[in-house]
Amino acid sequence: MSVLVYAEHDNAALNKVTLSVVAAAKEIGGDITVLVAGKGCGAVAEEAAKIDGVSKVLCADNDAYEHQLAENVGDLVAEVGADYSHILAAATTTGKNFAPRAAALLDVAQISEISDVIDADTFKRPIYAGNAIATVKSSDAKKVITVRGTSFDGVAAEGGSAAVENIDVAKDAGISSFVGEELAKSDRPELTSAEIVISGGRGMGNGDNFEILYKLADKLGAGVGASRAAVDAGFVPNDMQVGQTGKIVAPNLYVAVGISGAIQHLAGMKDSKVIVAINKDEEAPIFQVADYGLVADLFEAVPELDSKL
Amino acid sequence: MKVLVPIKRVIDYNVKVRVKADNSGVDLANVKMAMNPFCEIAVEEAVRLKEKGVVTEIVAVSIGPKTAQEQLRTAMALGADRSILVETDEDVQPLGIAKALKAIVDEEKPDLVILGKQAIDGDNNQTGQMLAALTGMPQGTFASEVDVADGKVKVTREIDGGLQTVELNLPAVVTTDLRLNEPRYASLPNIMKAKKKPLDTKTAADLGVDLTPRVTTVSVEAPAERQAGIIVGSVDELVEKLKNEAKVI
Ligand SMILES: Cc1cc2nc3c(=O)[nH]c(=O)nc-3n(C[C@H](O)[C@H](O)[C@H](O)COP(=O)(O)OP(=O)(O)OC[C@H]3O[C@@H](n4cnc5c(N)ncnc54)[C@H](O)[C@@H]3O)c2cc1C
Repeated sequence: MSVLVYAEHDNAALNKVTLSVVAAAKEIGGDITVLVAGKGCGAVAEEAAKIDGVSKVLCADNDAYEHQLAENVGDLVAEVGADYSHILAAATTTGKNFAPRAAALLDVAQISEISDVIDADTFKRPIYAGNAIATVKSSDAKKVITVRGTSFDGVAAEGGSAAVENIDVAKDAGISSFVGEELAKSDRPELTSAEIVISGGRGMGNGDNFEILYKLADKLGAGVGASRAAVDAGFVPNDMQVGQTGKIVAPNLYVAVGISGAIQHLAGMKDSKVIVAINKDEEAPIFQVADYGLVADLFEAVPELDSKL
Repeated sequence: MKVLVPIKRVIDYNVKVRVKADNSGVDLANVKMAMNPFCEIAVEEAVRLKEKGVVTEIVAVSIGPKTAQEQLRTAMALGADRSILVETDEDVQPLGIAKALKAIVDEEKPDLVILGKQAIDGDNNQTGQMLAALTGMPQGTFASEVDVADGKVKVTREIDGGLQTVELNLPAVVTTDLRLNEPRYASLPNIMKAKKKPLDTKTAADLGVDLTPRVTTVSVEAPAERQAGIIVGSVDELVEKLKNEAKVI
């Protein structure tokens, strides 16, 4: 067996989720190779070479991969991946974008968002917004898999000393191009890796009111998330959405403020260690999953909480 | 220009799903079924493009059981001109669906294929990307804005870090995210009219594709239940519990 792990990065630094993908790769077994594709991504390859348990790093440094366009990366992964029994990527918007493309080019199924490795062919994955957990077995000779980062504790970022091999595979399909991006700038911890997450829902009323959550979050070193309703209403940007179709988080502490607790929201946070809900409606379904519920008006409770910490 | 909109019949998103006692799957008997919400957004986007005069024909297609005719009728009530059902009772999976869709694309030659980014049953998020790969088309996944002009489509995508905009040559595949649009409801007259719109039925054999699943479901379990928690009486009590009982702050 041999596993190819696709590294998630921004051309400058490795994204921590890759450490979780390597953890899943270790459970599958066999040699682990990390593929770093990007532009000017040499530092990322050096970082990947230090990951515990990695035996080789392939670095494809080319203009075509600068923005992770799925058409180009999909072709690259299908070609490089031909030599491996398993191809793993993080279930991020990058992995979800190119991995099915690579799988189809290799004529194999993809197994999406695994949460557990049973053996080299068998995996667990959530379905129906996490309301059921399926154990699935692939009959394909080669497996293309995306990995739910929060389900695997990342391996150590240091300790390995793999060789970096530059590969000169330029795949430019020439059918798509990058126009621009608007990336959220925040000094707060990234949602999917934060120890504490505080999320606001429709109950926040407007975007300005999120200030009370930001203030509390900064005191606790927390990341700030939101429900779909809060994003749809324009209170906060889409990258803050937690849920079935947003981000999956599993922090030590999740505080849901003015969120009712729809199943699609719970799908993104119910694996949190401790859940706190602040909601003025005692019937709100969020209280059914909360370890500590506070029935109160958030505009009083949140500032009071802030003052008492 | 022609748009193909593949749609899926799934359990209604409001239904609380239950795992069958024998762990063979999820109980679908007597459960309300509906069009996958992301597919509704795909149909709506196609209809809006037609209303803007960009699109001339909308073809809805579904790969699934005979009952998926209901969802195709809904798509036609919302504005699709005609539809195709590739009828199968197989446990269809994204790769098989993508192959069937490729065969339809080869016949219909659409300029744009708009699909939901994921179906809320399997949560796979694969079909659009696979179809794009098999047809050699570019893809704009998780779209929150679609702009067709001058033989290209500009797609704004919801990504983990924020928003990304890409430009794709046509024909292209677009998969919809939640904020692309808010789907309309079908009006009664349109529901009546949809009954007379053409619905073609085919089989996988007609298309020459193999829908045999590559992944088998060994078992399905209910997720671990969370222990019931407590309601605290005050902010002070909450702080005390978080510090001394849960020890998370
Ligand atoms: C296909 C699909 C995918 C979806 N994906 C997601 C997803 O990824 N993430 C997600 O979150 N949702 C998702 N949803 C939407 C989901 O179904 C709910 O509509 C949404 O989560 C509701 O958000 P909310 O709890 O903020 O709003 P509401 O349900 O309106 O709840 C607001 C809550 O705030 C409380 N409140 C109001 N004012 C105050 C106050 N002053 N003090 C205290 N409490 C107050 C109310 O009591 C209420 O419980 C999805 C839906 C569909 C159909």
